[in-house]
Amino acid sequence: MKPFTYERASSAADAADKAGRAPGSKFIAGGTNLLDLMKLQIEAPNHLIDINGLDLDKIESMPDGGLRIGALVRNTDLAADMRVRRDYAMLSRALLAGASGQLRNKATTAGNLLQRTRCPYFYDTNMPCNKRQPGSGCSAIGGYTRQLGVVGVSDACIATHPSDMAVAMRALDATVETVRADKSSRAVPIAEFHRLPGDTPHIETVLEPGELITAVTLPKAIGGKQYYRKVRDRASYAFALVSIAAVVQPDGSGRVAVGGIAHKPWRIEAAETNMLRGAKPVAEQLLADARPTRANAFKLPLVERTLAAVLAEART
Amino acid sequence: MKFETPAAQNPIDQLKVIGKPADRIDGKFKTTGTAPYAYERHDVAADQAYGFIVGAAIAKGRISRVDAAEAKRAPGVIAVVTTLDMPRLGRGRMNAAYLFGGADVQHYHQAIAIVVAETFEQARFAASLLRVDYARAQGRYDLAEESKRAELKGEDTDEGTSAPPLQRTGDFEAAFAAVPVKLDAEYTTPDQSHAMMEPHSSLAVWEGDRLTLWTSNQMINWGKGDLAKTLGIPEQSVRLISPYVGGGFGGKLFVRSDAALAALGAKAARRPVKVALTRPIMANNTTHRPATIQRIRIGATPEGKIRAIAHESTSGNLPDGKLETAVSQTRLLYGGANRMTSMRLALLDLPEGNSMRAPGEAPGLMALEIAMDEMAEKLHMDPVEFRIMNDTQVDPENPQRPFSYRNLVGCLRLGAERFGWSRRDPTPAMTRDGQWMIGMGVAGGFRNNLLTKSAARVAIDKAGIVTVTTDMTDIGTGSYTIIAQTAAEMLGVPLDHVRVLLGDSNSPISSGSGGQWGGNNSTAGVYAACVKLREAIAQNLGFNERDVLFADGQVRSGNRALSLAEAAGDPGLSAEDGIEYGDLGKKYQQSTFAGHFVEVGVDVATGEIRVRRMLAVCSAGRILNPKTARSQVIGAMTMGVGAALMEELAVDKRLGFFVNHDLASYEVPVHADIPHQEVIFLDEVDPMSSPMKAKGVGELGLCGVGAAVANAVYNATGVRVRDYPITLDKLIERLPEIV
Ligand SMILES: Cc1cc2nc3c(=O)[nH]c(=O)nc-3n(C[C@H](O)[C@H](O)[C@H](O)COP(=O)(O)OP(=O)(O)OC[C@H]3O[C@@H](n4cnc5c(N)ncnc54)[C@H](O)[C@@H]3O)c2cc1C
Ligand code: SF4
Repeated sequence: MKPFTYERASSAADAADKAGRAPGSKFIAGGTNLLDLMKLQIEAPNHLIDINGLDLDKIESMPDGGLRIGALVRNTDLAADMRVRRDYAMLSRALLAGASGQLRNKATTAGNLLQRTRCPYFYDTNMPCNKRQPGSGCSAIGGYTRQLGVVGVSDACIATHPSDMAVAMRALDATVETVRADKSSRAVPIAEFHRLPGDTPHIETVLEPGELITAVTLPKAIGGKQYYRKVRDRASYAFALVSIAAVVQPDGSGRVAVGGIAHKPWRIEAAETNMLRGAKPVAEQLLADARPTRANAFKLPLVERTLAAVLAEART
Repeated sequence: MKFETPAAQNPIDQLKVIGKPADRIDGKFKTTGTAPYAYERHDVAADQAYGFIVGAAIAKGRISRVDAAEAKRAPGVIAVVTTLDMPRLGRGRMNAAYLFGGADVQHYHQAIAIVVAETFEQARFAASLLRVDYARAQGRYDLAEESKRAELKGEDTDEGTSAPPLQRTGDFEAAFAAVPVKLDAEYTTPDQSHAMMEPHSSLAVWEGDRLTLWTSNQMINWGKGDLAKTLGIPEQSVRLISPYVGGGFGGKLFVRSDAALAALGAKAARRPVKVALTRPIMANNTTHRPATIQRIRIGATPEGKIRAIAHESTSGNLPDGKLETAVSQTRLLYGGANRMTSMRLALLDLPEGNSMRAPGEAPGLMALEIAMDEMAEKLHMDPVEFRIMNDTQVDPENPQRPFSYRNLVGCLRLGAERFGWSRRDPTPAMTRDGQWMIGMGVAGGFRNNLLTKSAARVAIDKAGIVTVTTDMTDIGTGSYTIIAQTAAEMLGVPLDHVRVLLGDSNSPISSGSGGQWGGNNSTAGVYAACVKLREAIAQNLGFNERDVLFADGQVRSGNRALSLAEAAGDPGLSAEDGIEYGDLGKKYQQSTFAGHFVEVGVDVATGEIRVRRMLAVCSAGRILNPKTARSQVIGAMTMGVGAALMEELAVDKRLGFFVNHDLASYEVPVHADIPHQEVIFLDEVDPMSSPMKAKGVGELGLCGVGAAVANAVYNATGVRVRDYPITLDKLIERLPEIV
């Protein structure tokens, strides 16, 4: 861990302002991802701005019927919130499928969205990795890729985004609210928030340097049966091989977002028009441009089969 | 005490304390954080500094330069020792790879430097400032590829499995050709990591030329010798202390880099130095269970009698490394007149392969017991009955040599009854419970019982408190407790009147903990010392040794009775002795047996496999403490589930290293994976084994479990997977369609 300086922010705007003035700084929320990465010097900020204690830890009902989730709401609290459980059940399920009870007690909404990939080569600083060290190459391609991405991949990087929460939020059409160093704020639809790797896998979101997430908003509840089905090698405490967040309406229409297969939660709205025809045409469209490796090609049938199981359950 | 004839009636048979489910003596310390591990011995030396080990960034080659200037200038740094500062260290008897010294890199994350600083964080940061130039060399990393060039090799491990390069009994080829029902199949098991909780750690303190090392090691006496050899100092100058070990599974049988580099770091810093390996370097810096490629052929008569059986195994290692003796149980488990086993070693430049819990038998049975399941199916026989039909009471290679005691049949029969085996549909993929395809599987379990000498000192003080001292270790197994139970039984005192001091190389040399030999041998050594002490007491008091009785804290003879405290008197009394074995282990084949039963559910859509329930029935001699023994077995069963369903060190065959080198990516079972386990010990004694009439059990619990899971998956799905671990990607293309 590289030595760093540390300070606490007094407000969201103050945090963004401080970050804007300190290049190489990072916000620290729950620290459950950032500190691990700092110990391995995968992240090496010279300055930490602690945002814990800021007034960003509330879940508020909004006049339009939606929900505004503060950036610092802990995963445990979000999953347990009665409104979330009633109106956005897949979000609660996604959160509870992630990490462990202890980690969820610390992990925050914003931190979860910004957690970094679990590509094992990214985690080994002896190995070339375009995401960790731009331009150094990608060790994963041609190596051990069982967990890695199958769609939206590039020649520079095939890593996945590991969050469960973000997949549910994508299906729910969430919006990410931020404040920038110049105190201006904006709202970014989650579809546009995470980026595909392209030639710059180290740039993972549209956030600008110093930009602070203040909240995530969910639009008015859409009803339907809601699912989050996470497929993994062991029963708990493992990242998804594939996960499906789905809403199925009584008429059979619905929405699907997929985790574990791409650099961002994967959703193609056009594919959902096929929901009434079953999992196969939806999966085919979602995965039309897939470029799997030999070791992770199983994710393609797995997406289809898992979706089929979810749709079958929705019919009962 | 020399143990040369079968044990007769002796005080252990009273079973007042032995055989009782006593709580672990160290349990309350471990659960309250008051059992100090090596890295926490802040109390034993002032001025401790922290060492941080740097691992090589390449798998094979040479280090041309190390620039430590910046690291040395970093805040808090006291000393930096790099591998170029000295020639290669010596190599311990038990090690294949060198631990440190010189320019050559033999494997990824081999230690190349230690940075010593005032704090751990300073040492770690300074370590990142080392600049190392490497010259990479071509390496061999692909077992399947190198197996084509692998040569026949025998192995006689220190852990009780052995096999010559090629062993033939009868005429395998002719018999195999002649029988009507046969199987010829290949199985693979992957490299596995011990993944114990406590990382390897050591605190080194020099006083002049004498080194004291608080460490985490299973085998104190091996460790003392090998550390001396590694450092090139006399054995008498080394003291090892390891009273608490946070798991080892074979990964701490040997001296590792933490020990050597704590010693070198402390020398350079002129300060006590402590070192713990960090999790990410453990998989490649230390040892692992080597992967295997196994071919099994079995031929039987239509009635199910095995006439021919062959097991061939290839594993890889560094040139001086040992083989995984995966064929050794096949020499003994089932009958059949025509037999062949062989082993080959492929040369690899991966990290050192070495012992992991039940070396040889664990991966060997993962293959053999699938093969037996496949044969049973070909014969249209129940797999329990097929195994029973081929039971043998003698060493099949040497039929005049009987087993000392063998009740595999009892394990299988009782297990089948208790598990509800009759409810299993022998036709695969027939049983459903909602989304789950349900299957049951069985496997035979087998692990040899090792006899190895072990000594102890037993003393009584004037308060009547008994103290047992031995260099035995407790690696979470319950050694403290069963040793105390042994002394309490022998001397007729309550358990809480016995103190047990373990893990110090100044103490009498014990068997140590490994190869499931610790329980039987270390208690037999304590038994021997207790016998000697009883004799001394009787003699002191002028009692007739024959009719003296130790009970209720008293020594009695006829109508005379004295408390033990009085008998010990002011100066106290003490005796030292050990157990040594004659040739009962040669005349009789001594082994332990199990029947493992597993029920799994396989998600029909995703192929996720979840164990629903497990049962192990064990035939392992006298059970000294059913509670600690059960804990050993359920832990081992859990490890077997890991081996079957998830554990695999993924090899990068281009770069030559284990890629998933942390506990996020090397998955072992979590609680949610293990819903229900049951263990039954058959009520038995084995008087050929030792005066305790006990045998090992800690590894038996693992042997066969993986195959029982695999067979259950087959019964659930009809998909036979012969390459471990059995993950959903190996099933998914062959599962029923989902509509
Ligand atoms: C062992 C383990 C298992 C896990 N398993 C899962 C799993 O199964 N599924 C899953 O989804 N996740 C899993 N996680 C990841 C976990 O969900 C994340 O670590 C956690 O959500 C991160 O939140 P945090 O508040 O601790 O973030 P931090 O570690 O504090 O921060 C993460 C990043 O976000 C930035 N950041 C934080 N807050 C803000 C803000 N308001 N504005 C801008 N930037 C910000 C930080 O600068 C940092 O770059 C696991 C983690 C661990 C350690
Ligand atoms: S896949 Fe991405 S994260 Fe992984 S090594 Fe390649 S560039 Fe790095």
